[in-house]
Amino acid sequence: MGQITLEKVTKSFSDVQVIPPLDLTIEDGEFAVFVGPSGCGKSTLLRLIAGLEDTSSGHIRIDGKDATDLPPAKRGLAMVFQSYALYPHMSVRKNIAFPMKMAGIAQDEQERRIQQAAAALNLTDYLDRRPGQLSGGQRQRVAIGRAIVREPDAFLFDEPLSNLDAALRVGMRLEISELHSRLKTTMIYVTHDQVEAMTMADKIVVLRAGHIEQVGSPLDLYRTPRNLFVAGFIGSPKMNFIEGEMAGRHGAHTIGVRPEHIDVAEGKGEWSGVVGVAEHLGSDTFFHIHQTGLAETITVRAPGEVSFRHGDTIHLTPRPDQIHRFDDKGLRLE
Amino acid sequence: MATQHSRSAARLMMTPAVILLLGWMLVPLVMTLYFSFLDYRPLRGAFDCCVGFDNYVRFFTSSSFWPSVLTTLQMVGGVLAITVIGGIFLAMLLDQPIWGQGVVRILVIAPFFVMPTVSALVWKNMFMNPVNGLFAYLWKFFGLTPIDWLSELPLFSIIFIVSWQWLPFATLILLTAIQSLDGEQLEAAEMDGAGVVNRFVYIVLPHLARAITVVILIQTIFLLSIFAEVFVTTGGSFGTRTLTYLIYQRVIESQNIGLGSAGGIFAVILANIIAIFLMKIVGRNLDR
Repeated sequence: MGQITLEKVTKSFSDVQVIPPLDLTIEDGEFAVFVGPSGCGKSTLLRLIAGLEDTSSGHIRIDGKDATDLPPAKRGLAMVFQSYALYPHMSVRKNIAFPMKMAGIAQDEQERRIQQAAAALNLTDYLDRRPGQLSGGQRQRVAIGRAIVREPDAFLFDEPLSNLDAALRVGMRLEISELHSRLKTTMIYVTHDQVEAMTMADKIVVLRAGHIEQVGSPLDLYRTPRNLFVAGFIGSPKMNFIEGEMAGRHGAHTIGVRPEHIDVAEGKGEWSGVVGVAEHLGSDTFFHIHQTGLAETITVRAPGEVSFRHGDTIHLTPRPDQIHRFDDKGLRLE
Repeated sequence: MATQHSRSAARLMMTPAVILLLGWMLVPLVMTLYFSFLDYRPLRGAFDCCVGFDNYVRFFTSSSFWPSVLTTLQMVGGVLAITVIGGIFLAMLLDQPIWGQGVVRILVIAPFFVMPTVSALVWKNMFMNPVNGLFAYLWKFFGLTPIDWLSELPLFSIIFIVSWQWLPFATLILLTAIQSLDGEQLEAAEMDGAGVVNRFVYIVLPHLARAITVVILIQTIFLLSIFAEVFVTTGGSFGTRTLTYLIYQRVIESQNIGLGSAGGIFAVILANIIAIFLMKIVGRNLDR
């Protein structure tokens, strides 16, 4: 159905190689998320798979068939763009019908699929409106509807939620996840937001400067980050990194402890420090601890009701089995 | 800013300009209207008041009236067709990234800066002349008999000359419109399976609708009053007598100011009818 394989794929823009040779397999029905900081090549990679950019070398296979030189329309993929890219002069109905019209699907079948997609996406009342008359979330759903009706082998999403406000983003995140579990179609999703990656993905691909840093399930990456970059990128708030003597005591160049793996106490503990800013979220409280002698700031997560104040001296104890150790090249030590 | 006070102040300050413009427009119009009801032939010393609609009746029943209206419409229609279609084509071509794009764009606009009289003379003498014209040499080079453009294909020749002048205008407006097209829309259409032709028909052309409307409206207004090109090339002969040229002949050659004024008033009415008609048909594109 929708297995996508990249073999030694590279991409260069004139002299600059933005994607060095890269191998990756996305299994049929998988929800894969490409995540990384902006400019890491994740969108370029998606556009290579879509066929909107030509590969400089290497092969892209879709279902085992070489699709490297196929035009975008022949690859059986549907894409949802960051700007939605709806056709402003067409009604919602015509927008959704456009790919079917291009494919020459019969009129009554078109109508059936439109109704089906509209019902699934809560768009039935808006079918005769123009995109300009819709809200951001509705436009997003039209873009998804336009992708669904083609019944593609795989969906490609290019940062689809970055133009929505925070509340809508959470809602659409759930809708896309539900859509995936209902359709069971391969989806490739590009984002710079690690929360989206963690919550939606079956498989996360962490990219930096065109390189794949690590591939794995969200919890794999959380539990065993392969290097400092992945360790710092996955998880919120960021993992604390400690170098120097304390790291040496654990036989490493750098050690990393997540804020949620440090216990806080008033009286006794392994480390001590002074409370700086406290961020109260209700369920949790994040303390920024200074003057620990270990790093500039150590972030810790405490239960929501803990009430340390700015300037209090407190003690910290990392859970020994949750300390990540890295060598001087930033690679994980087992 | 838009408080009651600043709004009335703005109105007050605009008044002189509005009055000046109104006067500028109304005085000639009212005088033409006045003359059109007079028997006014200065060379014969005729200045008889109040001949009623005699001038209008004579102008409309003249055997050259309907042909001149038809010629005008053919000329406007022909130029519009060439400039809009050619303009879209050129605009899409100029939108492609090429070396020296800025210079090329300025060169394309250049014909618009040439005065109509000059460009008509250049075309007439340097290109379309059956003996010395470049086209004549081209035809002879291929062993063909040179065409005497201005007597054999007079209407087409003038349409061609006028189109050459107005093509840059259409190209420029359509080019800016094409540049404002969102690239992701084209990519989305490509993903949706639309080929080059379908992308043009379903995405580019609808996007250009508004710009095309603007081009047609503005050009029609200017093209209805074409005069210099006709005057310089054929002098209204060989069936190229447009309405403006007919009016000119009535006033200057026949020295009949009353009759010419009646024609002028008709031209004003015709221009307004066409403008309203166009607004109704294509103007709805502007509301979106």
